[in-house]
Amino acid sequence: MAECVKDSDAEGRISYGDYVVLKRGDIFKSVQIENKKKVIFEKQWFFLDNAVGQLYGAVFEIEAGGSLKLKAAKHSGDSLDSKEAGQDNRHIMDDGRSQKLSRDDIETLKEQGLKGQEIVQQLIDNSTTFKDKTEFAQEKYIKKKKKKYESNIKILKPSTRLLAMMYHGREPGKICHLRYDTLAQILTLGNIHAGSKILVFETCAGLVLGSVMERMGGYGSVIQMYPGGGPTRAGMESFGFPSHFHKTLHEFPLCKVNALLAGTLDLSEKDGDGNGRSESSQKTSGVSEKSSEPQSMEVSVDPQEEMRRAERERLREQRAQEKKLKMEEKRKKLASAAALLEGRNADGLVIASRFHPCPVLMGLLKFVAPSRPFIVYCQYREPLIECYTKLREQGGAISLRLTDSWLRHYQVLPNRTHPVLLMSGGGGYLLSGTTVAAKARNQHKAEEPVTKRLKLDKISSSCDSSA
Amino acid sequence: MSFVEYSEIIQEGDVVIIFLGHESMMPVMVQSGAQTQTRYGVIRHSGDLIGQRFGSKVTCSKGGWVYVLHPTPELWTVNLPHRTQILYTTDIANITLMLELKPGSVVCESGTGSGSLSHSILRTIAPTGHLHTVEFHAQRAEKAIQEFKEHKVSHLVTVRNQDVCKDGFGITGIADAVFLDIPSPWEAITHAKSAIKRKGGRICSFSPCIEQVQRTCEALLDHGFEEICTLEVLLRVQDVRTVTLPLPDFGPEEDSSSSQVASDLSQDEVQNSGNTSVICRTATPPREMAGHTGYLTFATKPCD
Repeated sequence: MAECVKDSDAEGRISYGDYVVLKRGDIFKSVQIENKKKVIFEKQWFFLDNAVGQLYGAVFEIEAGGSLKLKAAKHSGDSLDSKEAGQDNRHIMDDGRSQKLSRDDIETLKEQGLKGQEIVQQLIDNSTTFKDKTEFAQEKYIKKKKKKYESNIKILKPSTRLLAMMYHGREPGKICHLRYDTLAQILTLGNIHAGSKILVFETCAGLVLGSVMERMGGYGSVIQMYPGGGPTRAGMESFGFPSHFHKTLHEFPLCKVNALLAGTLDLSEKDGDGNGRSESSQKTSGVSEKSSEPQSMEVSVDPQEEMRRAERERLREQRAQEKKLKMEEKRKKLASAAALLEGRNADGLVIASRFHPCPVLMGLLKFVAPSRPFIVYCQYREPLIECYTKLREQGGAISLRLTDSWLRHYQVLPNRTHPVLLMSGGGGYLLSGTTVAAKARNQHKAEEPVTKRLKLDKISSSCDSSA
Repeated sequence: MSFVEYSEIIQEGDVVIIFLGHESMMPVMVQSGAQTQTRYGVIRHSGDLIGQRFGSKVTCSKGGWVYVLHPTPELWTVNLPHRTQILYTTDIANITLMLELKPGSVVCESGTGSGSLSHSILRTIAPTGHLHTVEFHAQRAEKAIQEFKEHKVSHLVTVRNQDVCKDGFGITGIADAVFLDIPSPWEAITHAKSAIKRKGGRICSFSPCIEQVQRTCEALLDHGFEEICTLEVLLRVQDVRTVTLPLPDFGPEEDSSSSQVASDLSQDEVQNSGNTSVICRTATPPREMAGHTGYLTFATKPCD
């Protein structure tokens, strides 16, 4: 491949430390380029070192020994010579004996170092029925064999598109079976864009978080609400964002939401054990006391023993210091996230988790400004029906829509165009809406004529007074 | 206000969306001293809008009320004045994802049409990206320029009035993505390819007819594009409803135990007095739905 990138050349080349996506056909895998690290992908082992310095989008072959070799420019020998072809399959007997090469024969060919293309040619030459197949059937046969025996791997820069397709194909359970077109809806309906402040609650391995961050481009802020011990970010790391993106990312534990809403969240400085400052000074004096004790107690002291004891003391103190720093770090992060949330003026809310969405939505909507979109994903429909009903009762949200999307791929070939045979059964459900200012009692009466509404208002107010 | 940035308070010159009720909205350009008629009465811009917070409830002269919303490309899509058939949010969302658009992306689009997709692209690529959009109809191109100006996004977009099949996009080698929604996209593939950066990029073609798709895929293949993929996506809306289903009467119970019919039902129910019906909260599809908008064909231009 000739030098082809003049502008931002460095940006287009693979480097150590980069997060990349490996692609073989329709199979993807996310890996990080590390020195001499063995990678397994599609039942093959190899090292990625030879990819470093090459351009993204480059295609490689796996050589014996596991090293990658850059594949030469596309040869037009894709159309393997087949002068003979049949008209239809009326005389072709499918007895499983048309291929003369056995599995062992093929293994031998592989061991001899034959390239994928060459093996495919061997299979064609040793097939008794190939020349009788129609041209279409021959093309299909070649395509199928190529897929099996050629191992071309493309190395790509990560993107929402690639990672969403990867997760959906490989580990849908990790992302609550969120299909990539549904994720597309989430990002667009949520009006996710640079400069906004978005709240995210997800248990999709960090994929949704990463895709939100990609759309924000490092501008604005993202606050990840998390259940339990800590936020899951593996999927987000796979995007390989530049370090300044991480500055826009905050996290806040769900278990502190009520305290924050009530105004009772404790953000004051304290030492590791959650006690006041005074205790920590007591501790340090205690430590120094301990260290002085053995010196006075022992008569015959082994100098090596003494050294080891002093070393242990030093380590203990060091660890206590590190712990203090970590706690302070954590406190600062909590305070900065709380500061962003307190204003209750977030520009959007995205929920995609295995938790029941109704309480999550009701709890987190409080942090969103009026006239802003929110979007809730759920693998199942009924929990979203509950959310819809609750929001209708409570008010504060309009344009509520419960949707799911239908996705179909097509094979487009001359005289062979049709939808692909296997189709996705479902990609999950979405509830979307827009927040509005505070609670409106008369919301559901919006479409009735004015005079009728006034009458009803009279009735409802008299009802209220009696209640 | 801007279509690419949120603000809190309504100002003169803003475009706002008035929400009148279920599936009923209208865009309004806020002007000091102006008035807008709605079925609930008059809205006075100076008194009712300017200085108010987006999302507020506004009471109209006849006593009814509306909500005033901050514009978004999605709200614009369902409220914009149609000069052509437009793309709707479902397709737009998938195009955005599959073309890998994000802040900083440089995008080429043709035809501009009514600007539905354009607004969405602008929102996604702001603040550092750029949209080069081509429209061969002079008046539509003019209207687009005017709208982009009113929506405060002119700095992010360049509109060119020319024929993309003959003259291309007006730029070469700088686009991350190209989008085509024209009658003969296969005629524009050469120009599309030269518009894309040398290090590669993505392309999308939207066509209602399968014959167009076939010719486009052939052209893409001939020009060396890879990962050619055609799909279609449809949105299914679910109407959430509470329905009351009557229960059958099998006659009086022979044994003394409680009503068999009611205990046959597994879901939790709220029953009317007399056990004659059951109330269910459910969602059903509407009678009709959009069955086809167009086929989306995507491909990747590899590095030169």
